[in-house]
Amino acid sequence: MNFDLDPADAAFQAEMRAFIRQALPADIARRGRQGFHATHDDVQAWMRILNARGLAAVHWPRQHGGTDWSPLRRHLFQVELRAAGTPVPDQAALELVGPVIYTFGDEVQKARYLPAILNADTFWCQGFSEPNSGSDLASLKTRAVRDGDHYVVNGQKTWTSEAHKADMMFALVRTDGEARPQAGISFLLIDMKSPGVSVRPIYTINEGLSVNEVFLDNVRVPAENLVGEENRGWGYAKFLLTNERTMSAETPHTAFDLEQVKQIAAVERRGGRPLIEDPLFAARLARFEIELRALEAAVLRVLHMGENDPALNATASVLKLRGSELRQRIADLAVEALGDHGLAVFPDVEGQDNMDVLAPVPPAPDYAAGWLSRAMFRRATTIYGGANEIQRTIIAKSVLGL
Amino acid sequence: MDFSPTQEQAALKESARRLCERDYGFEQRRHRIRGAEGFSRDLWKTFADLGWLGAGLSEDDFGYGGGPVETALLQEEFGRVLLVEPYLSCAIIAARAVVALGDPAQKEALLAPLVAGEKLIALAHNEAAMRGDDAAVRTEARLTADGWRLEGRKAFVLGGSSADILLVSARTPGGVSLFEVPADAAGLEVVAYHAVDGRRVADLMLTDVAVDDAARIGPEGGALPGIELAVDHGVIALMAECVGAMDAALWLTRDYLTTRKQFGVTLNTFQALQHRMADMLVETELARSMLLRGIAALSDPDPRARRAGVSAAKVQIAEAAVKVTGEAIQMHGGIGVTEEYVVGHFYKRAVLARGLFGSIDLHLERFAAWSRKAVA
Ligand SMILES: Cc1cc2nc3c(=O)[nH]c(=O)nc-3n(C[C@H](O)[C@H](O)[C@H](O)COP(=O)(O)OP(=O)(O)OC[C@H]3O[C@@H](n4cnc5c(N)ncnc54)[C@H](O)[C@@H]3O)c2cc1C
Repeated sequence: MNFDLDPADAAFQAEMRAFIRQALPADIARRGRQGFHATHDDVQAWMRILNARGLAAVHWPRQHGGTDWSPLRRHLFQVELRAAGTPVPDQAALELVGPVIYTFGDEVQKARYLPAILNADTFWCQGFSEPNSGSDLASLKTRAVRDGDHYVVNGQKTWTSEAHKADMMFALVRTDGEARPQAGISFLLIDMKSPGVSVRPIYTINEGLSVNEVFLDNVRVPAENLVGEENRGWGYAKFLLTNERTMSAETPHTAFDLEQVKQIAAVERRGGRPLIEDPLFAARLARFEIELRALEAAVLRVLHMGENDPALNATASVLKLRGSELRQRIADLAVEALGDHGLAVFPDVEGQDNMDVLAPVPPAPDYAAGWLSRAMFRRATTIYGGANEIQRTIIAKSVLGL
Repeated sequence: MDFSPTQEQAALKESARRLCERDYGFEQRRHRIRGAEGFSRDLWKTFADLGWLGAGLSEDDFGYGGGPVETALLQEEFGRVLLVEPYLSCAIIAARAVVALGDPAQKEALLAPLVAGEKLIALAHNEAAMRGDDAAVRTEARLTADGWRLEGRKAFVLGGSSADILLVSARTPGGVSLFEVPADAAGLEVVAYHAVDGRRVADLMLTDVAVDDAARIGPEGGALPGIELAVDHGVIALMAECVGAMDAALWLTRDYLTTRKQFGVTLNTFQALQHRMADMLVETELARSMLLRGIAALSDPDPRARRAGVSAAKVQIAEAAVKVTGEAIQMHGGIGVTEEYVVGHFYKRAVLARGLFGSIDLHLERFAAWSRKAVA
């Protein structure tokens, strides 16, 4: 074993850091540090800067516009993107539907959708969950009935992130009501501008808008928008969710947050000294940092495992579980570090999705903005992408064989 | 010892429960929060008519003969519905500051209209750098030929945005003093904003604000003990709200699990969730028990022992509240993180309660310092 970063990889990391520093517009970087949801324009502008360099989707295969970088380099690039506070791109497109399209889609679909994703011309949303189908996703009821060269879709999706900004939705729909639940599901690409699609916003406890209800009322979807084969959608969804799991530790995000919390703790004072020198607070910060290091090591282990390594499944499961908890805890620690400032509601004045546009801005230092909002929204990190209870069940069943 | 409430206390709790259930639905609350002042003046009037604004004050203090037990009983009910009216700031903290520090004439002039619901009063003691250290007052008052001049800045003042009268603490030659400042005083700027749990708070900017010496409440330089006592009453009352909020979140979650179906069964059938609910109940019952010790601590004649008892209650109850209400969100799944559903708002109140009047760390320190001394 050798735990040092290869000199070539270290050089690569330095190069990426320099590139991002030079390429990221200052106003986008400033908003990124505030931690509100990135605006559509910021995401698009940044994605296009990356795409011009061929770096919009480094984890995609080269022939589809990605790179042939090693998993470690892809990870290092992520670390640098986060550390600079770049806007979080359209993950539904880049992480979820893109890989499904280039793996299972036909040539027409690849040509039509992939370049538009890379250049942020189209934004996507994930239409899986329904009001009565959350953890038990396979019970979903939205129906698609074939009518000539179209499917007619009826039903309701919910918790659909970014549906209000999305151009396209990839949805799981039931095409066979007779089969076993998992066997009757198809994977359909739906244009959000189609007649019969309506979107209702759901405000979340950060007083922001990111999730929505999507109603599908006799929506006609061209049959060519079916990905892969009819009634095979569950398999594609599982492929997609597995991809998601390895990404989901989000340690680069958490590391970025931790750096910011340290900076706050160096400025905020209690009992006559900076918080960072306060033994109680410093101990909590240290404990957090230590846990993050362990998780980062787990991420690196996973990156170096072959796809058939028997340990992969166990380690990957750890990532989502503990990663989502750390995401929550670091924002909570920031709120505590901020004292009273952490308890005041900061409206996202530059954002587009603020619930109460008239809410006053509290008098407080700039670095306080956005943390309460983050801490509130992050209650969801242990719920979305398969709730942590479900992850534990997966570990118990498929790893421990219980 | 007797842990059971008197008949009057039980009746007070019952009437609070009924009124809150009738007039404090979640939708009504949302409406109030979005209004100009952020709470209902009509409801405040009702509170006055029912005698609630003086429920925790003795008759000598223009109240109805109750004390911290009555206050806690009401606050627990208010916590269940996440009340946003300035009860804590006005009827508890400001009232207690006047009780502790005012002379008979000041008590009459301030407490009588407070209890009648005619005047809203707030204690403006907190400052941004204070973080629970009540002695760390930086606002200054200078003595001039015709009274005092106040200069400085108060932060996160509960009830500060709607108060008619602000009780402002300031450093004077002898120590910390307290002054009565009308909200419309020249040189006073009030900047209101929203706290995480739906309450309105305010920062006060005091620029050469003039008051006469008669506006001084309590001894020159000697107001800190009274202010600390008032804050301690506030902490315990806030912990009572937490107990109400936790209990409500617990049972709401329990009911949700018995109706929400996934995998063909209701969620309550999953033992993984049953055990978590059991832990929530354990935390809630311990918090409820600790609250009683906290209430008892308020009448400890030794201020350090009193503060230690209050700190102990804050640590135990506020942390439990964050945990229980956070679990309540988790077990609701997606619906739990929405603004339009109540469960997340219990969590918001718990987060406020944990951070307000000093962090958990500060209260651990305060308790440890006192406990250490008992060994020596
Ligand atoms: C902010 C946010 C963004 C989201 N974005 C999207 C999106 O873009 N697209 C999309 O399709 N979906 C999205 N979701 C939905 C998300 O995937 C679901 O919320 C999640 O799968 C949980 O489903 P549910 O909310 O219906 O909770 P439920 O399934 O009702 O679960 C409620 C609670 O019960 C627990 N539970 C359920 N079953 C079991 C069991 N067998 N054993 C033990 N515990 C159990 C759960 O863990 C949870 O704690 C999002 C959700 C959130 C909160």
